[in-house]
Parts: sequence; C-alpha cells; structure tokens
Amino acid sequence: MSMIFGVPLAVLSGQLLIGIINGAFYALLSLGLAVIFGLLKIINFAHGAMYMLGAMVTVLMFNALGVNYWVALFMAPLLVGAFGVVIEYFLLRRIAGQDHIYSLLLTFGVALIIQGVLINWFGVSGLRYTMPDMFKGGINLGFMFMPYYRAWVIVAALLVCFGTWFVIEKTKLGAYLRAGTEDSQLMQGFGINVPLLISLTYGFGVALAAFAGVLAAPIYSVTPVMGSTTLIVVFAVVVIGGMGSIGGAIITGILMGVIEGLTKTFYPPASSAVIFLVMVLVLMFRPSGLFGKEA
Amino acid sequence: MDQSAKIADIHKSIVKEQAAQERKRLMLNAGLLLLLLAAPFAIYPVFLMKILCFALFAVAFNLLFGFTGLLSFGHAAFLAAGGYTTGYLLSNYSGLSTELGIIAGTLAATFLGFGFALLSIRRQGIYFAMVTLALAQLVFFFFVQSEFTGGEDGMHGIPRGHLLGVIDLENNLSMYYFVLAVFIGCYLLVQRIVSSPYGQVLKAIKQNEPRAVSLGYNVDRYKVLAFVISAALAGLAGSMKSVVFQLASLNDAHWHMSGEVILMTLVGGMGTLLGPVIGATFVVNIEYHLSQGPLRDWVDPILGGVFVITVLAFRSGIVGEIQKFIRKNIG
Amino acid sequence: MTMMKKLLTSAIASTLMASGAQAAISNDTVKIGYLADMSGTYRDLAGPNGQSALEMAIADFGGSVKGKKIEIVSADDRNSPDTSSSTVRRWVENENVDMVAGMVASSVSIAVSKILEENDKLGIISGSAASSITNEHCTPNHIHYVYDTYPLANGTASAVVKEGGKSWYLLTADYAFGHSLESDVRRVVEANGGEVVGAIRHPFPTQDFSSFVLQAQASGADVVGLANAGADTTNAITTASEFGVTQSGQTLAALLLFLTDVHALGAQTAQGIQLTTGWYWDMNEETREWSDRFMDKTGVRPTMVHAGIYSSTIQYLKAVEATGSDDAQTVRKQMMDTPINDMFAKNGKIRIDGRMVHDMYLAEVKTPAESKNEWDLYKILRTIPAEESYRPLSESKCKLVNN
Repeated sequence: MSMIFGVPLAVLSGQLLIGIINGAFYALLSLGLAVIFGLLKIINFAHGAMYMLGAMVTVLMFNALGVNYWVALFMAPLLVGAFGVVIEYFLLRRIAGQDHIYSLLLTFGVALIIQGVLINWFGVSGLRYTMPDMFKGGINLGFMFMPYYRAWVIVAALLVCFGTWFVIEKTKLGAYLRAGTEDSQLMQGFGINVPLLISLTYGFGVALAAFAGVLAAPIYSVTPVMGSTTLIVVFAVVVIGGMGSIGGAIITGILMGVIEGLTKTFYPPASSAVIFLVMVLVLMFRPSGLFGKEA
Repeated sequence: MDQSAKIADIHKSIVKEQAAQERKRLMLNAGLLLLLLAAPFAIYPVFLMKILCFALFAVAFNLLFGFTGLLSFGHAAFLAAGGYTTGYLLSNYSGLSTELGIIAGTLAATFLGFGFALLSIRRQGIYFAMVTLALAQLVFFFFVQSEFTGGEDGMHGIPRGHLLGVIDLENNLSMYYFVLAVFIGCYLLVQRIVSSPYGQVLKAIKQNEPRAVSLGYNVDRYKVLAFVISAALAGLAGSMKSVVFQLASLNDAHWHMSGEVILMTLVGGMGTLLGPVIGATFVVNIEYHLSQGPLRDWVDPILGGVFVITVLAFRSGIVGEIQKFIRKNIG
Repeated sequence: MTMMKKLLTSAIASTLMASGAQAAISNDTVKIGYLADMSGTYRDLAGPNGQSALEMAIADFGGSVKGKKIEIVSADDRNSPDTSSSTVRRWVENENVDMVAGMVASSVSIAVSKILEENDKLGIISGSAASSITNEHCTPNHIHYVYDTYPLANGTASAVVKEGGKSWYLLTADYAFGHSLESDVRRVVEANGGEVVGAIRHPFPTQDFSSFVLQAQASGADVVGLANAGADTTNAITTASEFGVTQSGQTLAALLLFLTDVHALGAQTAQGIQLTTGWYWDMNEETREWSDRFMDKTGVRPTMVHAGIYSSTIQYLKAVEATGSDDAQTVRKQMMDTPINDMFAKNGKIRIDGRMVHDMYLAEVKTPAESKNEWDLYKILRTIPAEESYRPLSESKCKLVNN
C-alpha cells in the first residue's frame, strides 16, 4: 500500500473526504453568520444557540408530534427563523447604529438565556433521535465506508450554500438587500420596507444555522450545549474568510474542514487548535481575512 | 470696577466649588477606604478577596476596552497564566516568599501580553477581538495539555506562604490586607495612567484613531503599551487569586471567563474608573448568592438577561448612569 | 452519707456531660450541604435530582436523628473550584454544615476536600470519576463512594479481552482523565494477554468523530475502546454506529458510560456495548422498589450516582445515630467500621483512604428487541468482586496508607 508520511493513501483519501464533508457543514454554519454580518453588520454570537435550537426543535417535533425528518428540514428553520425575526424586532433593532461590539454582547446574552433555559427543561445528556430509515447504511468506496447520510449532508449543505450565494450576489432580490442595508433611506424612498427587510435577513441567517442543526440531529448528540463550542470554531472560519464575505465563508469553511481533517490524521491533539492557529496566521498577513475587503 | 469685582466674585465661587468638589471626592474616597478596611470584620474575607481579584481583573480589562477602545476577547489567558505560574512556583519551591511568586506570575502574563499585542495590535474592531480570542484558545489548549497545570483536576494546595518571608498569609486577615493594598496600588496606578498625558493619547486613539495618527503619535506603540499593562494587571489578579484560593483551574483560562470580564466592565460602566470595580462586585455577588438560592439552577440565563438589559438600557453601566444622572440633575 | 451521695451523683453527671459534649450533635442539628453541577455539562449525573435522592434518604431515615433535626442546604458548583470553595467555606465556617454531599467535577471535589480537611468536616463524593481523589489527593475528611476510573477500566477491559478481544485501538480524550483511563486500560489489556495496537488522543470536547472512527477502522483492531466521557462518548458511539464499526466485526467498549448517556443514545444505537457500572436500577426487587419511588419524584430512572447519594446519606445518618455525634472523625470511623448492606451495595467497605469498595457489574446494552421500555437498557453479564475492582491499597499513594 502506498504511504504518505507514514499514513496509507487509502486512509488519507478517506480523511480528505471526511474533511470535505465537515467543511461543507462548517460552510453552511458560517454562511449564516456571514450573511448577518455582511448585510446587517451584526456580530451574531447567538448563532451557535440557533444551530442548537434547529436540532432541538427537530427532535422535539418528532417526539411530540411525530414530525418526520423531511418536514423538519423545512419546519425547524422556519420556526427558528421566525424566532430570529422576533429577536431582531424586539432587541437588535434598538441598538442599530451603535458600535458592532454591542450586537456581539447582546447576542451573547441571548445565547446564554436560550441555552440556560433549555438545560433546565431538557437536561444535558442529550435527546434521542434516530436516523430516517432511508439513510441507514452506506456504501463501500474501497478506501472507506461512506454512510449515505454523510453523502446527503454534503449535497444538502452545498446546495443551500450555493443557492444563498446566488440569490444574494446575482439576483435582483439580492441587489435590493445589499442596497437596502447599505443606504436604507434611499431604498425607503423607493417604497421598500427596509426594517422588514432587515428583520427577514436576520431571520434568514439564523434559519441557515437551524438548517445545519437539522442536518446534525441524526449524527451528533443533541443537547442544549452543542452550540457553544461550535460557535467559536465557526466564528474563526468566518473571520479567516473575511467577515461578511459570503463566498469567502463558503470556501473557507470547506478549506478548514480539510485542514482540520488532515490534522486529525497527522496530529490529532491539535485538531481543535489548528483553526485558531490558521486564523492568527492569516490575519497577520491579510488583516481583513482571505476574501474580505481591506478596511 | 464693577465688572472686575463681578469677575473676581465668579472666580472665587468657582474656586470654592472646585475645592468643595475636591473635598467631596476625597471624603468619598476616604469613606470607601474605611469601608474596605472594616469590611473583613463584617463579611467573609475570602469572599471579599475574590471580589477584589475580579475587580482588579476588570480594572485591567477596562484600561484596554474602556479607555483605549480595544475589545480583547482573550483576557482569560492572562488571568490563567498569572495564576498557574504563581501556583507552580509556590508549590514547587517552598523557600520562595509569596510576593516573588506573585511577581513572577505577573511577569509571565506581561510577556504573554506582549506576544498577544505584537500579533493583534494592528487589527481593528472585531478582527482585534477575534485574534485575541484565537490566541487565548491556543493558550487554553496549551494549559489543557500541560502536565503541570493538573489538567481538569486543576492545581491544588498552593501554599500561601509568607509575605517578604515574614508575615504569615495563612491568616485570612493579613492575606486580605495584602490583597487590598495591591488592589489600591493598582487602582491608583490606573487612575494615574488615565489622567496622564499618555492616558489622554489613549483616549484620543479611542475617539478617532486616524486623527491621532495625523497628529504624529505612534499609535501602535501606545496601544501595545496599554495592552501590556492591561495584561500584566490581569496576570497579577490571577496570581493573587491563586494564592487566595490556593488553587488554579482551567475555568480561569476558558473563553467564558473572557466574556465574564466584559460583562463586569459593561455592567459597572466602561471607561469609568470605579465602574469595573462596581461591576465585578455586582457580578461576583449575584453569581454567588443566586447559586445558593431558590434560583440556583438559573444563574446562566439570569447573567444573560443582565447582559441584554445592560446593552439595551444602560449602555454606560451603573457608574456611567449615575454620573449622567448627577450631571443632569445636580451639576 | 447524703453528702457523699451528692458528690458521687454530681461526679457521675459531670462525666456523663463531658462525654456527652464530646459526642454531641453540634447546634442540635445535622446539616448537610448538597453541592453539584446544576446548570452545566454534568447536570444530569447528580444535579437537582441528586438532591431529591438526598431528601428521600432523610425522609426514609425518619426526618431526624436522635431527636435532632436534619437540614439541607444546596448550591450550584458551577463546575468551578473557586466558586465551590467559597461556598463550602461559608457552609462549614459560618453555617455549621456537618457534611457535604454530591460533587462531580474532579477539580471541585479536590478543592472541596482540602477545605473540609482544614475545617475537619466530612465530605462524601458521589459523582467524580477521578481515582486520584483517594490516591494522591486523599484526605482523612472525605469518602469517595460510587465508582472511579480504576474499576471501570479494570472491569470492562479484562472482560472484553477474556472474550477474545485481544487487540485494542483507543480513542482517548486528551486531558488528564482520559490519559489516566488510557494507561489503566493498557495495563489491564496487557496483563490479560492482549495488546493495544494504537491510540488517538482527541481534543476535549469533540463533536465530529468520523475521522477518528475511520482511523480506528483502518487499524483492524478487534476492539475500539472509548477512553472518554459524556458527550464525547455518545458522539463517538453514534458515529461508530453510523460508520458500521460493529457490523465490520469490531467490538465497541466504552469505559465510562452512564445510564443517562445510554438513554440519550437509545438501544438502537448503543446495543451490544459493554460497560462497567457500580449499580443499575433494574438489578433486583430492592433496587426496583427504590427506583420506582425515585421516578415518581423526578420522572427519570436514577443513575448510579443518584443511588450512591441516597445510600451514602443513609449510612452517614446511621453512623451519626450510632455514635451520637456529628464530629467528622467519629462519624467517618464509624462508617469505616460498618459494612454497607443496602439496595446500593452488598458488603461494601470504606477503606482508610476513603475509597468505598464494593462489587461492580459488567453490563451490556440490550438490543431494541430485548429492551421493553426506554429505561430498560442493561443486562448484567457478571458481578466483578470488590477486591478485583478497585486499586489495591498496596499500590496507593495516599498519605493515610503506610506503604
């Protein structure tokens, strides 16, 4: 068997593929953050909590009402998105125009509340969720066993990422969005309801996080604390990509998944630290991230 | 004749008022000092020392955040670096007198702070916050991995030892007065820094960095110095904390601690001198009392609520709001 | 004569009073402080339900001991040793707390036991896993009641090796707890003629285990051992099941797994996993009876930690009753002298180092077909006798043991 740095090639290809899958997942999570920051200049520290809510809602809807996975895939983001609109309307709107830092602190507080309340309601050991039957099993690729569900994760994540990028960067709706958030008075003059647009954008951003949460529900342990570590990693991804760059978040997400995957192969203990190392290095040479506009 | 008399009158009254204000401030400070000196007879000294350590931590953080406008999301690293260094030295070199251990811990945090500053100081706003967060995560990673920190068991049984080799710090009262003295010294130092010409430049940088640059200030150098002083004081707080509690743990290095010091500063009033002290007192107290009361299971959501309410309604914090109130209604 | 009689009676009375003062219950109250994680990652292990177990113990004991009332105070330890030590200091120094129960995070347990030693009060630790608590961190003022990492590694690893799982691949949480579990497993596996062919140290916490599971599969080892805890373990098991680890012929062995973890995973995902536990709710009539009462109160089945809190509190109160004292050393000595025989343990003994040694059980998670309800999760394969389970005193580094 051919080896690369003492690692069999087959294992390495498997790790690369896993890296890409995790990367697609990071991309999806970072995308929501990038949309919210890029368009609204809000630093959403509640993103991890929203991701967790997506997963929790999926499990709870299943347990209480028997709502299946496919329905949850639409319902959970919708519900969490609506919750996001409420938060934007009642809380974030009141600090519009203040320093970005305040949005970070406010959403950090919101995240603490959501997480703390859910811990009291549901405990921390996790809720049970079984994978839909059609995804059970997998296919042997020769170099690794590929569960069907992971294949679905990569397809779903990339589709949503690309769709979002396309809508915001290439369509008329996206143009309104970008213009509305950049010069709200002008757009208001054109008869566009800018405050509503802002609420909906925030709602959409957190709905993306919730969508990632639904994808995660069958494969990770669903607990109220699942978002808090993920949050920091995803923030690192967005910062490396350049805060607010939507394409940057997607590409960086995948890149970081791969880098993390390789670290897990060659030096596992560092795999949680490597992203931060990359971030420090990138920002030393490119102060606004890989794809950010120079400040 | 009439005119000049009037001016002299006005002048006199201004001088009088200034003197009165100065007197008031002195009396306030003297009162506070008396209160702090008497406090350990009414309240449990270790708890007071905890408040003082966190107050110092918040004062250090505020020097950077409130007065220079740099939001560091990695200050936990300095708190922990100070605590672990001091703890390690005092546990392993029994002859070492306590203040040397504390100085060594402070120095460790100072060097770490210098490293952080070099890597982060050129970044602006949110990027600065994120670089400091990333660096602090790397430091956390190091502490988790290292044998000497005891990992998640923590470092325990750190001897309090003797101050200057003479005063026995096992006694809670002498420990308290030592911590109080260090705290007051640091507080006065920060007060001095803020009102000095150097402090004025820091404020100018906070208000408008490009203008400070165009006025010919080497802005980066000022910011690095502020960062290093802030890190050193945060490390000192951590060092003292490890001696007071005789333990150091990973909690001090976790990013939640960096968030908590932001909360303390914000609640108390960022950019004011007394604010972080009040904020730390407030946060440590609610955490301590809530965790034993009927709302025991709800401490985190309540802290989150404090964050939200402060940001929405009292952005200038307790002290800031009081100052505003005084200016509006009395001044 | 009367004079003589008077003198005599007063002499007897004063001796009685003196001995009474020595063996008295301070402040006419036995006060128990319950300290546990109420809001963080260890909440479900002990947490608010642990307090229910404690209250049950007091109620079952009759609500008072020797006519003196029993009180509880409780606090969230916030998983922070300094918050915990402030709390416990106030309890023992100002609020006359006699015994502290609960405690999960090892940093908290160690910090609290140091304070109890300073103030000569008693602590009964039920939640912590670290075996260092009665080894290098032992004090004459605490008891470690339910389990520790030593028998976990011992029980599971030796059983699995004996069943033919000779080569092992370990996924170890990269911090002190994981490291010590890993070295214990290595020792046991090698002693039984097996071999550890590889080990990965993964960061704590890790959400996605797919990369590590893939490496474990590629190793071709018979057994994939999980030397981690909590969400790390449940995530690793979920991923292992997704990637078909057991289908491809490898055995999964979890070294620390609680009933709450298995409940979260469900029998579908966790079936066939072998684990060591100190107690299980569905072992016999006695355990079922108690667990039903616990469930009426809390809505969930108890973990071994909950049962341990109940049992240890009863033992403590019995010792207070027998000695008529709540002095830490008197009570601890009495507890050491009395074998424990109740629904939690048979012939359990508290050793000089504070370790309560009792039989442990090797269990296997049932298949969905075998599992009759959501809490019907283990079948007990065999009993591991106490003397085979725990670290022998001859290997102890505890200062109370003369080695």
